[in-house]
Amino acid sequence: MGDDLNGPEYQVPEELRSHITITTLDRIYNWGRRSSVWPMMFGLACCAIEMICVAASRYDFSRFGMEVMRPSPRQSDLMIVSGTVTKKMIPQIVRLYNQMPEPKYVLAMGACASGGGPFKEGYNVVSGVDKFIPVDVYVPGCPPTPQALLNGLIKLQEKIDTQSIRTVRWYKREASEPIPIPILGPDLIDPRDIPILDAKRASVVKPDVPENS
Amino acid sequence: MTLEEYTDRFTGMLNFDERKGYEGYIVHSERLVEFARTIRDELGYDYLSSVTGVDYLPDEQIEVVYHAYRSQGGPGLVFKVQVPRINPIVPSLVSIFPGADFQEREAWDLLGIRFEGHPNLRRILMWEGFHGHPLRKDWEEPYFEESEKPFNSRWPEGKAFRIEENKPFKKNVQYPPEFTPDGWIPEADTALYSGMVRLGAKDAGNGRSLETDQILVNLGPQHPSTHGVFRMVVSLDGEEIADLQPVLGYLHRNHEKIGERNTYLMNMPFTDRLDYLASMGNNFGYALAVEKLMGITPPERAEYIRVMMAELTRIVSHLFSIGTLLNDLGAFFTPMLYALTERELILDIFEAVSGSRMMCNYFRFGGVARDLPEGILEKVYELVTERLPRKVDELDTYLTDNEIVRTRSIGIGVLPREQAIEYSAAGPVLRASGVGYDVRRAESYSIYDRFDFDVAIRHNGDVYDRYLVRLEEIRQSLRILQQVVRDIPDGEFQTGKPQYQVRVPPGESYGRVENPKGELGFYIVSNGKPNPWRYHIRSPSFINLTAFGEMCKGHKIADVVAILGSIDIVLGEVDR
Repeated sequence: MGDDLNGPEYQVPEELRSHITITTLDRIYNWGRRSSVWPMMFGLACCAIEMICVAASRYDFSRFGMEVMRPSPRQSDLMIVSGTVTKKMIPQIVRLYNQMPEPKYVLAMGACASGGGPFKEGYNVVSGVDKFIPVDVYVPGCPPTPQALLNGLIKLQEKIDTQSIRTVRWYKREASEPIPIPILGPDLIDPRDIPILDAKRASVVKPDVPENS
Repeated sequence: MTLEEYTDRFTGMLNFDERKGYEGYIVHSERLVEFARTIRDELGYDYLSSVTGVDYLPDEQIEVVYHAYRSQGGPGLVFKVQVPRINPIVPSLVSIFPGADFQEREAWDLLGIRFEGHPNLRRILMWEGFHGHPLRKDWEEPYFEESEKPFNSRWPEGKAFRIEENKPFKKNVQYPPEFTPDGWIPEADTALYSGMVRLGAKDAGNGRSLETDQILVNLGPQHPSTHGVFRMVVSLDGEEIADLQPVLGYLHRNHEKIGERNTYLMNMPFTDRLDYLASMGNNFGYALAVEKLMGITPPERAEYIRVMMAELTRIVSHLFSIGTLLNDLGAFFTPMLYALTERELILDIFEAVSGSRMMCNYFRFGGVARDLPEGILEKVYELVTERLPRKVDELDTYLTDNEIVRTRSIGIGVLPREQAIEYSAAGPVLRASGVGYDVRRAESYSIYDRFDFDVAIRHNGDVYDRYLVRLEEIRQSLRILQQVVRDIPDGEFQTGKPQYQVRVPPGESYGRVENPKGELGFYIVSNGKPNPWRYHIRSPSFINLTAFGEMCKGHKIADVVAILGSIDIVLGEVDR
């Protein structure tokens, strides 16, 4: 702690400076959260290897308080979507996201997670994880270098710094809704699309039905 | 003895494939099983390397292509079965080559070929209920633009658009017109669960032992020890494994469909992303397959550079594999850190050579993309003579005689020699079971016949032996690398002028290399156009998983992750 936390409004007597810091609730709260962002141990594809490298000795993200990778979504703050999101996998990803406790963040690592990447045209590929869950930071690259991922994580910390207890969604009166889990039908079905799907079908089928038969 | 002598027995049912650029035999589907038994038992082709299908849309035919080899080494045998495109039925070869199991399921899933007599013909990469068989040539994906790249719609200026803007759901989805989501019941894996072996009931009522309940456990797809998005359904009798079924496809990203739209050169960076720990090894296999079709050979220097890169890649991959195996055995991350430190040094070389740490995209047809930068040979020399041998010995000292490693891995996940061949296991898994089959020696490619190295081999076929084989292979790779650095000549690094659009004559080719995970094969069919008609990848991790269930039976649940770690799968290659 120390100087960077200290609010300027109150003067702390000289002899107490090393023991007492006066700051705002937002700052101490954000400082605590930004210094212990625990990512979920969750690798999807190639990018996961670079994520492991970031955890290893040369790049070492424990410098940012992130070394505690949790295998369980219940204990993690950050989901690093590291790789291609496929239609077969997205129900699990959404479920994992729903299981994470607030406050939670999502970092889309690499081209695939951000927008489908080189595999975008594939029939089993979701064009970016943000079609289903909200993303806080996008890191470009295929795969992003460890430096790029570190930069993305620093950007996430900067984002956390700007948040305020009064406005964040997890202190709102109404509980946040879980994201509906996609269904594996003849193709991937987003439950939020079902009304559109029904309407579309109605508009197609109706003219075919003979009125007086 | 040659196959020709057998044509009498198969009168009219066995013909030479006489299409230009093609090789092998065409067998009538009625006699396929008999033919397969003959070549296995009488001719010694006991190793079925690859099974795949090709959709010949203009001929209204589907062809199933088999590549068989002898486990002692030597050239292979290609045989094919042709069936009509509508409702194609081919007899299954699982009873003769159990290694065909997953590959036939894949062919059913992606091409809709029904294999009669297959014990478990379900979809493997896509989910049950998915509409259509995507690798059929007339099946169009939701983001379909044109059947071949480069897309003309993208070509003229000012026409740039995002494909999702044109799609009704702004997403990569399409539904059959009659589909209603209301009545849809998602596939709940009931077929999978009900097909699992149940042990609990077997002792019921005899009064001697307690009846135990059978538990089904799902491991993955999100699990720290599955090396990615791999899922397995385990049926447990107490703590013991009664049955295990891998569930794949969570990273199926349609390499083959995309690859058939791409031009030949465009596929090179995609091969990087197959086994993403060994990108240049994949490049090598693909380059070999296409070069075989084109009939060109790279210049000397390029061959040396290729071997150097492939062997460095092998070291990288095996280091990573040993690290993750120790992770799975419970030594969380410390051995991994040792391995990754060395891996980073090799990645530095890759970055200097190709511009990228992991996805190198360095090989080209007839050579490599660019020459080695200055000073890199000295760096490699220092690494392979000074640092890496020392570090491998260090890993060896720390791990090999460690009591916990030994008790957790000796006698675990045993794959006997005969089973390893039957299941078409490849790479360290095969060699740890006492089969000295290494493509570099068995059917030498590139310039591997010039180098002095031994094929690492062990005989117990357990987790420990697979680990030892990998360790030994790192040492052998270092030996090769020392010779490469000593002998590498000056000269060209590319045959002819580098081209964006290569001309590939019509025909088929199967190029295979010994990748760190095992035999990686590329089966390519060209019809003379700039895009491959068929682009199939025989991926070692995928086929090694066929034997995974067998290896696990009777072991404890905690051993599953160790056995999986010893097979060393990479999901990018398993699911493609």
